[in-house]
Amino acid sequence: MEYFIQQLINGVTLGSIYGLIAIGYTMVYGIIGMINFAHGDIFMIGAFISLITFLVLGIIGITWIPLALLIVLLVSMIIASIYGWTVERLAYRPLRGSFRLAPLISAIGMSIFLQNYVQLLQGARVRPMQPVISGGFTFLEGSAFSITVSYLQIVIVLLTIILMTAFALIISRTSLGRAQRGCEQDRTMSALLGINVDRTISLTFVMGAALAAVAGMLFVLYYGVIDFYIGFLAGVKAFTAAVLGGIGSLPGAMLGGLLIGLIETYWSAYFSIEYKDVAAFAILVLVLIFRPTGLLGKPEIEKV
Amino acid sequence: MNQSNNNTTAIDFKALLKESGIAALVALGLAIVLVGFKTVDTPTGMDITTRWVWVVVAVASVFVGRLAFAVRRESKASRAPVHVDMKAKENRAAIIVNRFSTIGGPLFIGFALVLPFMPFADRYVVDVATYVLIYVMLGWGLNIVVGLAGLLDLGYVAFYAVGAYSYALFAAYFDLSFWVCLPLAGLCAAGFGVLLGFPVLRLRGDYLAIVTLGFGEIIRVILLNWYEFTGGPDGLSGIPRPSFFGLELKRTAAEGEQTFHQFFNLDYSTMHRLIFLYYLILILALLTNFFTIRIRKMPIGRAWEALREDEIACRSLGINPTNTKLTAFALGAMFAGFAGSFFATRQAFISPESFTFIESAVILAIVVLGGMGSQVGVAIAAVLLIGGTELFRGLEEFRMLAFGGLMVAIMVWKPRGLLAHREPTIKLHPNGAPPPIKQAATEGGVK
Repeated sequence: MEYFIQQLINGVTLGSIYGLIAIGYTMVYGIIGMINFAHGDIFMIGAFISLITFLVLGIIGITWIPLALLIVLLVSMIIASIYGWTVERLAYRPLRGSFRLAPLISAIGMSIFLQNYVQLLQGARVRPMQPVISGGFTFLEGSAFSITVSYLQIVIVLLTIILMTAFALIISRTSLGRAQRGCEQDRTMSALLGINVDRTISLTFVMGAALAAVAGMLFVLYYGVIDFYIGFLAGVKAFTAAVLGGIGSLPGAMLGGLLIGLIETYWSAYFSIEYKDVAAFAILVLVLIFRPTGLLGKPEIEKV
Repeated sequence: MNQSNNNTTAIDFKALLKESGIAALVALGLAIVLVGFKTVDTPTGMDITTRWVWVVVAVASVFVGRLAFAVRRESKASRAPVHVDMKAKENRAAIIVNRFSTIGGPLFIGFALVLPFMPFADRYVVDVATYVLIYVMLGWGLNIVVGLAGLLDLGYVAFYAVGAYSYALFAAYFDLSFWVCLPLAGLCAAGFGVLLGFPVLRLRGDYLAIVTLGFGEIIRVILLNWYEFTGGPDGLSGIPRPSFFGLELKRTAAEGEQTFHQFFNLDYSTMHRLIFLYYLILILALLTNFFTIRIRKMPIGRAWEALREDEIACRSLGINPTNTKLTAFALGAMFAGFAGSFFATRQAFISPESFTFIESAVILAIVVLGGMGSQVGVAIAAVLLIGGTELFRGLEEFRMLAFGGLMVAIMVWKPRGLLAHREPTIKLHPNGAPPPIKQAATEGGVK
């Protein structure tokens, strides 16, 4: 039982990270109907920026952890946002209104480009980082298995909840959110009603990239090692999460992320760690076969 | 001409400078952390070095580049708008493409046939040509799935892997020869195609893409972890070479058998085997091509293309979409299986390393950049992408960077591929233009 609860805590932590990435997929898919294949690599770039910023802060001498975390968070969010914006501007915007495959191919090209770009600039070796936040609460210390909740896990889950709430508010309350929902339903009509569609789409990419950067920072803190290839697998799993929750739905992305995180953790804990990636994909296939709209998605009506 | 002079206005340089300044600012934002700092390993942990010069160079080149681009755009725009007859332009392109297909195709094949006997064809050239031809074949195979049936498959490499491993395992466990294994490998791959296709083919385009991607990864993870059977990350080695109608291409034959060079009274040369492998893949690739061209004219091929254009209309006309898609999927997988077993016999060694997602992306890029559905286009794209990046082998790190950049650039420049024109198999209005159906063209493309 203790083991089960420990895995639950680990799974929720991992799921939060997946959920944050999944939001970027789900928002972009909702608004322009494309799989932003390079999104996983924006997450990877966010992780690298966080790592570098942590190191630079360490050299400058800012070691008070809350301040350092805040600076890293802001820097990685801002710079990853610029990456997100640039990728959209260069690789996707010229292809708007083109046939469906074109943006996807462009996105795959962008993903390959970004991976090799980071590999060239930062080297192909695995980059380790010293743990920044250590310690935690331990329960049931006397028994065979004690349950540990590290401070870092608490930070990850709290930060995810705060950001999720903030983004849910942006989507539901602000004029930007209204514009996004409008574009999602009918881009031409939105343009006629005075919404700057290009700007709205750009901002969607920026928001997705910012969240991915946060996920990247949390990933660095949690795992302590990154390389230029982490974006691919994390991206695919986050997309799986988005599909599982129902693509286009924000709470769905979070729910899907949590479920994928839990499934992966329990699978590794009870079955085999080698096949944990297979578990995520198998779930994806099953969901798509039996419930193609995902858990919280709206059914799509195909019109002639 | 007169009009163009009248319309010329001065270019607003201030606005252009502002625009370039913003671009440079964005470049600064992009470069400052990832380019400006480099993480380095030290004995005690990680350290940082700075590269400010690189940042300055990057920002300056973006500024200059953007300025040049903007000046060119403005000077173009300030000239009188020239009326371009898009229709005529398109027709002309179509004529060129068609002529190219009719003349270029045979020329291409002719060149491929004589290539090993050209004076410049040394070991390296034949080897690279073989490598390129594998991708031509894979491209043609995937073209059946993506180009004809319009199913987006991001896990095509899985079938390639199935083909390669089934040959290697058949040869290792049952001691079967290449020629027996080749059809078996094709069958195995096709079987996997059906197995995967059956549950997932009713999904819409993007979902199908991600599921096939997942499937490709599952196959790779299994190959990597099933150590007793597949050798895991060590792979399988010592895969037997094919024989030429029973004649071994080795220096010495086994007891009671003849080798190729003994039979034909030639001096032994390792080039024989390379050239033999080259012709083998050429024949396999041409077979794929011939098969595709023929099947396009059969009811099933027509059904694929119809399904690609409009699934609902097809269903109303009594075409079973699942079965039709399944055949396309299985046949595409079969050719990947053939190519895979050829790959295994050429390398004599296979490991999961060779079957990563990047391979799928490369093959898909070949199909799409070639102009989906165009056989000549796929061949040209394969030569350009694989042969072209092969030239940069020395610059290993820059190779994939350029590859990714090229994919984006070609897509932005020509979203429908290099040889984009696709002649409909049947026209309803052979002489007149059909009524404009813009909506269908943008949305109905690939589902």
